[in-house]
Amino acid sequence: MSLLLNGLAASNGIAIAPAYLLVGSDLSVQKQHTNDKDHEVTRLHDSFAFSRQELRRIRDQAHERLGQRAATVVDTQLAMLGDPALFAMMRQKIMQSGVTAEWAVKRTADHYLTIFEKQNDNDYLQARGTAMRDVTKRLLSHLLAVELPDPQKLDHRAIIVAQNITPTDTAQFDRRYVAGLVTDTGGRTSHFTIMSRTLSLPVVVGTKTATAEIKNGDLLIVDGIHGKVLVRPTEDEVERYRLLAGKFAREQEAWGAVRNQQTISADGRHFEVAANVGTLADLEDARKNGAEGIGLLRTEFLYMNQSRLPSEEEQFRAYKQFVAGMNEKQVVARTLDVGGDKRLGMVPLPAEANPYLGFRAIRVGLARPEILRPQLRALLRASVYGRLAIMFPMVATLEEFHRARAILEEERTRLSTAGVPLAQDIELGMMLEIPAVAMMADVFAPEVDFFSIGSNDLVQYLFAADRGNPQVAYLYQELHPAVLRTVKRVIDAAHAEGKWVGMCGEMAGNPLAAPLLMGMGLDEFSMSSNRILQIRSLIKKLNTRQLQPLVHRALNARSATEVTDLVRSAVQDLAD
Amino acid sequence: MEKRDFTITAETGIHARPATILVQAASKFASDVTLSYEGKSVNLKSIMGVMSLGVGQNANVTITASGDDEKEALDAVAETMKKEGLTD
Repeated sequence: MSLLLNGLAASNGIAIAPAYLLVGSDLSVQKQHTNDKDHEVTRLHDSFAFSRQELRRIRDQAHERLGQRAATVVDTQLAMLGDPALFAMMRQKIMQSGVTAEWAVKRTADHYLTIFEKQNDNDYLQARGTAMRDVTKRLLSHLLAVELPDPQKLDHRAIIVAQNITPTDTAQFDRRYVAGLVTDTGGRTSHFTIMSRTLSLPVVVGTKTATAEIKNGDLLIVDGIHGKVLVRPTEDEVERYRLLAGKFAREQEAWGAVRNQQTISADGRHFEVAANVGTLADLEDARKNGAEGIGLLRTEFLYMNQSRLPSEEEQFRAYKQFVAGMNEKQVVARTLDVGGDKRLGMVPLPAEANPYLGFRAIRVGLARPEILRPQLRALLRASVYGRLAIMFPMVATLEEFHRARAILEEERTRLSTAGVPLAQDIELGMMLEIPAVAMMADVFAPEVDFFSIGSNDLVQYLFAADRGNPQVAYLYQELHPAVLRTVKRVIDAAHAEGKWVGMCGEMAGNPLAAPLLMGMGLDEFSMSSNRILQIRSLIKKLNTRQLQPLVHRALNARSATEVTDLVRSAVQDLAD
Repeated sequence: MEKRDFTITAETGIHARPATILVQAASKFASDVTLSYEGKSVNLKSIMGVMSLGVGQNANVTITASGDDEKEALDAVAETMKKEGLTD
């Protein structure tokens, strides 16, 4: 009998492979004495040697795959192991108190951790404590002869099972061996699930009990299409899923055929299918998947893992690569969106009871113009290398938009007075994430060049439910008529003023939402690159005029479930 | 002996990453290099020592180097601090 775990479908695809648990093994140690102190010192010495050897390998791999910055994290641990002071303190504990090497390691680590924790100096992400704990675990794993769970140690295809996965974990996986991911917590829009979608890895999150129910090596089926995990499946189940996986692969192939085509519906309307990008690797993915533009350039990457703000020059060089890299296709850059779930070390924000309702995005930009101004200057300077548009995140009132626009205009004037070449036709728009703005869309529309609907936050604010909290995640309903009516209102208001509307949240890449968004006249769909081809092939088959009765019924439905049923029965391709 | 005072301007102080890079920089020289802060001095080639000092933003620190290559050592450390954004 197989065991079925239900979770949230977070990244498409099906994987069948053994489980690899990424959870801490038991490294607890007790105080024990020894008669052979020299032997304990030798064991300690060996554990240092083995650990350094392993870390050097991990460092080189990280350097190769992720660059110098990621490798430095490992360098910190190597420097600790190479520090005679650390070894000396551990050795002294063995020689003076006659304890085992394990106990000496633990006591010494505790000594330093206490010092680090006492220093209330906002060490970013408590990096010193993390490094100390990681080094301790590695030393103890050698002394106790247990294996550390390490995604980089994977040498066979497996499905990673973990409580949760940090962005750094995801970046360390060797794609050749990671068949899929299953976690206890997390939501569809956690950072790592978004990243997994760019890597096309099937992911199921929020299973609550995966790490408790699954053992290392258990055969698993991860169904990232329906959010199911089958533990120790029967032969029949494996067979059935192999067929499903085959169907999925054929679909992927069919989608590949539309890579270099424009997204034109059956009745000849052009829709722009664009990509959301946050790194140069994403830009490459966007081009590979035939993106017709960049609908969202997240600029946060320039600020991550930095100890200071990026200079205007650094930002200019980065933006130029994106703008030039898209060959005259539009690139919509969003100014720094910090706050909410995105914390940055060098922009320390006060702790808040409700960060999602707090000091974030353009609110930070307006209060801290020393952050916003250099970013706008860098963007303006990059504008001559292609077709750039700029948008402000989380605008709530017209006054905020005016203030942000005034800052942009001041910088534009300053640069042109100094003779810096700038593009003349930079479109200026705003993210639409706040219900109050949707209500006022007709008032905003004459002022902007475009709206980009940030559906993740908009849905979250419409339902007053945190998408990352598994207990209320069920309220996050993109297809609810409340969301559809809001989106319709925004599109109609913009079109009345001849302005275009894009969407850059997860909803834009949801095939069940696409027919409705098309029918309502959304102009631009921006999504993770790996969704582009599916959405494009779907749009190409549909006829906007014929979708009108469906749109009408969906807007008047009573629930998201009703909407889903309506879409599935109206669109042949989406029938389940 | 070479000696120089610095004010740490980085908001996160000498956290793990710059500590690692500073130790790597100092270790390239034969001279003894020390970091002093609030009356305590540590070997700048020892990451455990540097991390234990817990140097935060706006801290005034003194770095000394003594040995055959003391001048070069101190220059290299000062250069690294600037490059890592620890000082202005």
